[in-house]
This record gives sequence, C-alpha cells and structure tokens, in this order.
Amino acid sequence: MPILMDGERVGRTLTRIAHEIVERNRGVGDLALIGVRTRGVPIARRLAAILREITGVDVPTGALDITLYRDDLMKSAVGPQPIVRRTEIPFSIDGRHIVLVDDVLYTGRTIRAALDALIDFGRPSTIQLVVLVDRGHRELPIKADYVGKNVPTSRREVVSVRLAEVDGADEIVLGQVEGAGA
Amino acid sequence: MSDTATRLRGKDLLGIAGLTAEEITLILDTAEAMKEVSARPIKKVPALRGKTVINLFYEPSTRTRTSFEVAEKRLSADTLSIAIASSSVVKGETLIDTALNLEAMNPDIVVMRHASSGACHLLARTCQAGIVNAGDGMHEHPTQALLDAFTIRERKGRLKGLKVAITGDLLHSRVFRSNAYLLTTMGAEVWACGPPTLMPAGIARLGVRPTTRVEEAVEGADAVMMLRIQLERMQGGFFPSLREYFQVFGMTPARVRLAKPDAIIMHPGPMNRGVEIESEVADGPASVILDQVANGVAVRMAVLYLLAGGSDDETAA
Repeated sequence: MPILMDGERVGRTLTRIAHEIVERNRGVGDLALIGVRTRGVPIARRLAAILREITGVDVPTGALDITLYRDDLMKSAVGPQPIVRRTEIPFSIDGRHIVLVDDVLYTGRTIRAALDALIDFGRPSTIQLVVLVDRGHRELPIKADYVGKNVPTSRREVVSVRLAEVDGADEIVLGQVEGAGA
Repeated sequence: MSDTATRLRGKDLLGIAGLTAEEITLILDTAEAMKEVSARPIKKVPALRGKTVINLFYEPSTRTRTSFEVAEKRLSADTLSIAIASSSVVKGETLIDTALNLEAMNPDIVVMRHASSGACHLLARTCQAGIVNAGDGMHEHPTQALLDAFTIRERKGRLKGLKVAITGDLLHSRVFRSNAYLLTTMGAEVWACGPPTLMPAGIARLGVRPTTRVEEAVEGADAVMMLRIQLERMQGGFFPSLREYFQVFGMTPARVRLAKPDAIIMHPGPMNRGVEIESEVADGPASVILDQVANGVAVRMAVLYLLAGGSDDETAA
C-alpha cells in the first residue's frame, strides 16, 4: 500500500499549518481549536502544542463528537448505531475564531454535521477548517482553509490516517476497499 | 463474545435479565456522552428527529414519566404521553386493543408502565415498535437500575467488587429485582435486607445475600440503597407499625457510619422520610439522591438512542 505521508512528513505538515493559522488570524488572540472525534482530537492537540511554541500562548482546545448530528443515523440497514462519545468544549465559543480540525476531508458530510453541532454551542465569529488530507469527491459545498496534502483518489480507495496517540505510530496510507462499493 | 458491544440485541428493553455485561456497559458509556448534552446551552440534539415515541402510563408516575419526556425531547423525538385516566382504557378497552390502535399510528418506540408484571412482554410480542419497560408490576424497572448503576459508577469509577446494600420492601419492588440482576451481572456484591415478610421466595436465586440485620448489610458497604415502603401495596400485616419498621430497618446516621467512610446513599424515590430513611441521611453530604434523578435523563436518552437504531434481525455485527 502506498504511503502518502510518513511520521516526519506529518510533523512538518502540522508545523506549516500552525504557521498558516497564525498568519491568517494575525496571532492567536481569540482562537480556539476543536478536533472532530476520533482522529481530529489528537491533531488539534498537536497543533495547540506547536502554536504554544510559536506564540507562547495556550490556545483552548476541545473535542467534538458529531454522531448525534449525522445525516445517516437512523438509516442503519447495514450497521449498528454508531457509538456516541463525549463532546468536551470547556470554554465559550461565542465571538471566537474556531479552527475545526479533522483528519480526512471526503464527502463533506462529517463537516456539515460538525458545523451544526458547533452552532448549538454558541455563535463563533468565524469557523475555519483544517484537514490533514483532502481526497476530493465532495457531496456538499464545503472547502478546507488549511490542507496538509491534496490526494486525488477514486471512491474505491481508502485513506487511513494513523496517529501515535490512537494507533501507535504516525502514517498516512492509501488502500483499496475490500469488496465493491463504499 | 468480545469485550465491547456496539448495539443492543433486541428491539425492546423489557428488563435487565437477559442483558449481557457488555450491553449494560454500552448503555452506561452512551449515557456518559448523553449527560454532556444536558449541560449545553442548547440542550437538544437531532438524533431522533422524525421518530415518534408514545409514553403509555397505566400507573401514576411523576419522576419516571417526566424523565422519559425530557430525554425524548432532548433527542428531538416527537413525543406524546397518554394519561390513562382520560383515555379509552377507562371505557373498558383491553391492553392489546390499545396497543393495536397505537400501532396503527406507526410509533417507533412505546414507553410503558403497567401495574401487571409482564404487560410489556405482551406488548412487545404484539407491536412492531420498540417497547421500553418503565416499570411493570412487581417485575422489573430496567431504566431505574441502569441510572442507579450509572450513579454508582460515576462516584466509584467501577461496579465490579463493590458492596452494595439494598434495604426495604424487597418483595414488592421491581427496582430491587432489576438492581439485583444488573449489579450481580456486573460483578458487585449485593446484600438484600428487609423483614422476612417482605422477602420474595427464592431470593438467593437472584445471586444476592439476604439478611434481616440491617447492620450486617450496611457494614463496609460502598453504596447503601433504600427502597420505598410501598404503603399502597401493604394490604396484609407485613410488619407491626411504621414506627417499629423505622426502629429496626430505618437508615439512621448511626447505621450509615457502619458503611465505608466514602459510601453513597441512594433512594429511587419517592421517599417516606422517617420510615425507611431519616431526613438527616437523605439530605446529608453522602446522599446522591438528586444525582440519580439527573442521571435518569442521560440513561433514558442512551436507551432510546440505542433502540431507535432498529432491531438486530440481520446477522450480528
């Protein structure tokens, strides 16, 4: 299976994105990072650590579970109800610039759900989107503000983001869907 | 069987008996996520949008019915509650006829409380909708046991290996039965205490340790749970007087001191102060009685969410 990014490349990419966030927002004053569960959360924490090194400021960081906002929730002819995990946003998002963080941007449906979920917590002044990989095939008008790597894919392929915090090591690989369809 | 369940096996929640430890853990874990929803500025998520839930209460209930209604609304379900006093039941309609009529309106879930043990099982066989037992006679009250377990786990971090004392009217109590099934399945040690006249026959088969000495039940306990003396079910002379009951079994500060120093005090409500529990204990720092009420909403949201995903007729995941 082709490796799209190794651990070192993931680290450099996050450092670059952190600098872009500081540049675009002219600092990190009203910023907060919110990771989308599961793998968006460790990515958001790493960005927070890099932002701290660059600016000396602790940027508030939260975790968002979008399960209860999914558009395919009750159409479960195929699988079980997805497991719901805790959302942890221990700060007010009102008036802040929220940087939403996820691993892979694909159809855009996860981000649509995340936007709905976020709006239920308050009225941020902006919401920006970070993804480690944009693999195309959007089904909704959604676009990322910061992209680690653009990867042209077919729908028969899967992009697996593995992170040390969840999977033991950093690696992004491109694989094939087993069987047909997705 | 794997350590983690990802779904409940049936379309209904009729009782704790029949649930595996993995299913119970799934409900409690899901409830943790649901509890956070209740702490948000907008206490509502769209998970059950477009689903219809009917609350059918054949017995009076304030706490449980309100708790289910709040849980349903926080998940965005369309809900309606049928008060039996104003329904066609008083005109003589049978339970099955009522069920078939409700079924014709195509609800997704029916939550029912009924004075007869097993009424929910009858409904579950008749209806396509998922049935949630909100208390059937002297049989089971599964969501109460789940919220009790959630409250204990929240305070103690686990259920396995804890000593839990349950005192009071064991004979008439569906809360006791559901708690006995749940806590023993999860590996807790359950002591059941009450007057011999209020102990069900074959109580040891539930896997609990029966005793008539409240001191023995409470000593070294991690959690002490009182059951209500159900005055409305006391037609026979089960004990001489309420005053004597309090003398022998009432939970007083002196008796609570026999438990572990960090023991929690629980009661499913409604309380008879001065009968099974002294006010000083009910309102004391160790009391988690109001936490139980708050956690009831989270646990019921979890059950509704997991059941609304449909039955497991296809092959298990």
